[in-house]
Amino acid sequence: MKKFQKSKLFYGLYIGVIFAFFYLPIVVTMFFSFNSSKSLTHFSGFSLRWYGNLIKDTEIMQAVYVSISIAILATIISTIIGTLTAIGLSKCRKLVREMLLNVNNIPMMNPDIVTAIGFLILFSSLRIPKGYYTMLMAHITFCIPYVITSVYPKVKTLDPNLADAAMDLGASPFMALYKVILPMLREGIFAGALLAFTMSFDDFVISYFVTGNGVSNISIIVYNMTKRTNPTINALSTIVILVIFVTMFIVKVIPYLIGKRRKEQLAYEENN
Amino acid sequence: MKNKLIELKNITKSFDQQEVLHNIQLYIRPNEFLTLLGPSGCGKTTILRIIGGFEEADSGEVIFDGKDIAKLPPYKREVNTVFQKYALFPFMNVFDNVAFGLNIKKVSKAETKKRVLEMLKLVGLEGFEKRKIDQLSGGQQQRVAIARALVNEPKVLLLDEPLSALDAKLRKEMQMELKKIQKKVGITFIFVTHDQEEALSMSDTVVVMNHGNIQQIGTPIDIYNEPKNRFVAEFIGESNIIPAIMKKDMLVAFDGVDFECVDSGFAPNEEVEVVLRPEDLVLTPPQFGKITATVTDITFKGVHYEIILKGEHRDYKAQTTEYHEIGTELGISVIPSNIHVMHKMKEV
Repeated sequence: MKKFQKSKLFYGLYIGVIFAFFYLPIVVTMFFSFNSSKSLTHFSGFSLRWYGNLIKDTEIMQAVYVSISIAILATIISTIIGTLTAIGLSKCRKLVREMLLNVNNIPMMNPDIVTAIGFLILFSSLRIPKGYYTMLMAHITFCIPYVITSVYPKVKTLDPNLADAAMDLGASPFMALYKVILPMLREGIFAGALLAFTMSFDDFVISYFVTGNGVSNISIIVYNMTKRTNPTINALSTIVILVIFVTMFIVKVIPYLIGKRRKEQLAYEENN
Repeated sequence: MKNKLIELKNITKSFDQQEVLHNIQLYIRPNEFLTLLGPSGCGKTTILRIIGGFEEADSGEVIFDGKDIAKLPPYKREVNTVFQKYALFPFMNVFDNVAFGLNIKKVSKAETKKRVLEMLKLVGLEGFEKRKIDQLSGGQQQRVAIARALVNEPKVLLLDEPLSALDAKLRKEMQMELKKIQKKVGITFIFVTHDQEEALSMSDTVVVMNHGNIQQIGTPIDIYNEPKNRFVAEFIGESNIIPAIMKKDMLVAFDGVDFECVDSGFAPNEEVEVVLRPEDLVLTPPQFGKITATVTDITFKGVHYEIILKGEHRDYKAQTTEYHEIGTELGISVIPSNIHVMHKMKEV
């Protein structure tokens, strides 16, 4: 009995240390974003000064706009391309499919720096002026493998007759895709889109190499600002963390609640 | 005067250099229940998919109502299909599944509702409109699939082994039900199965297939009583198939004995094969039979016993309602009309 309690204590401690390890830096960052002084080690009083600075700083606001707009566009475009590719893959010959799926893994395994230099050389050799659109293209490209990886397993579970059934009932191939296949893949598509969004939003290495003409996203601007102490970054980080937290809440907790409610409803219907 | 609704002319089809259909000739009359019967891989499903428009034949014509539709995509054909695993849309409820085709054709809301409810009533699923697909049993899903196809009022309904996922009892029920539905809606059903009993009990016409070739086309009774070759005889029910010599018209010899029969039109002394259905062997005391044999095995099958008898030339399978002790010597005779003579099948 005593031994059991000891091990329980150990588990608690272990989990506590892990959580502290993960979240303490974040909490410190958030905490000092409300500091009234410029120090990052000494808290001298609560203030929203750095949040005010943040809003007034056009450079930062421009970076926020770039990050968000690129993340949204890259998510939409890579989700469309990736989903259609995943559906197409399932109709390919086995050899082609295996090859493409393996090739698809390479960009995800590859160190970002290698991908980044690859893009840099590509854009330079094609003499494409670097800036917003090169960054967008790079983001779309590195997001696609993540979408394919989340959608393809869903495609594999589909009854191969589903599209045939829709067409049999008068749907054109496009309508079959739109009305039957896509709704059946929505969970995979949603997961892929979410992954793509996070990948794009917090990318630094690739963005840093493919941008130019003063176009910066949040990570680049944060990187440039860390060279001097500036709690405005803390304020920015806090907002980003909150946004991510809320998103995760919507994505993870709400489907869970809906699922639970549906189960209860089913049980209720069965009892009646 | 044979009315042809669908006609397949010289259809061939290969997948990866493997020929799955070889020069298929087949026509289907309006309002008939036609079954494509054969072992798996015989090409029966491919024929169905060619009629449905999901596969294109390598060569040949598909005539539907007098027009060649070989190049027409599935969504422009007046046929609907019940798929093997139903292929229902699991994220829609029963009503939306059945209404799918009408919605695509932009039929009005009120009309759609009326027709869907009517169809659900026909297949015995009144009150199930709001159910989710995963809340239905296999038999109910089957009915939804049938309703979803029939609500579009097709001229032909294609059914791809629709009963194979059901258990034996439900299968029997659905066989009767399908036949009833077919009579009620009065359209052509083309049914694919590998189950010979299913084919015999439901069809107006049975098409027996093997290795991409049509072996025989006929009514269930023709197919059972007068199989054209060894394959058909073996595939449709149990039988004793015995090599024989056709001595002359109406006289065939096998296992050292001459038998009178009712077949004619063979060359004198042609080598043939004789089909004897187990239920047609008459078992008598040894002195009254044409062939004598000893009981080596007897199995109770419910309505009858199945007996294996060992004769001088071979084992015979017979059915009888009387019990015979193992080791008993019996005589076997067959009345002439129950002897069916076939041409010897060329080895494939």
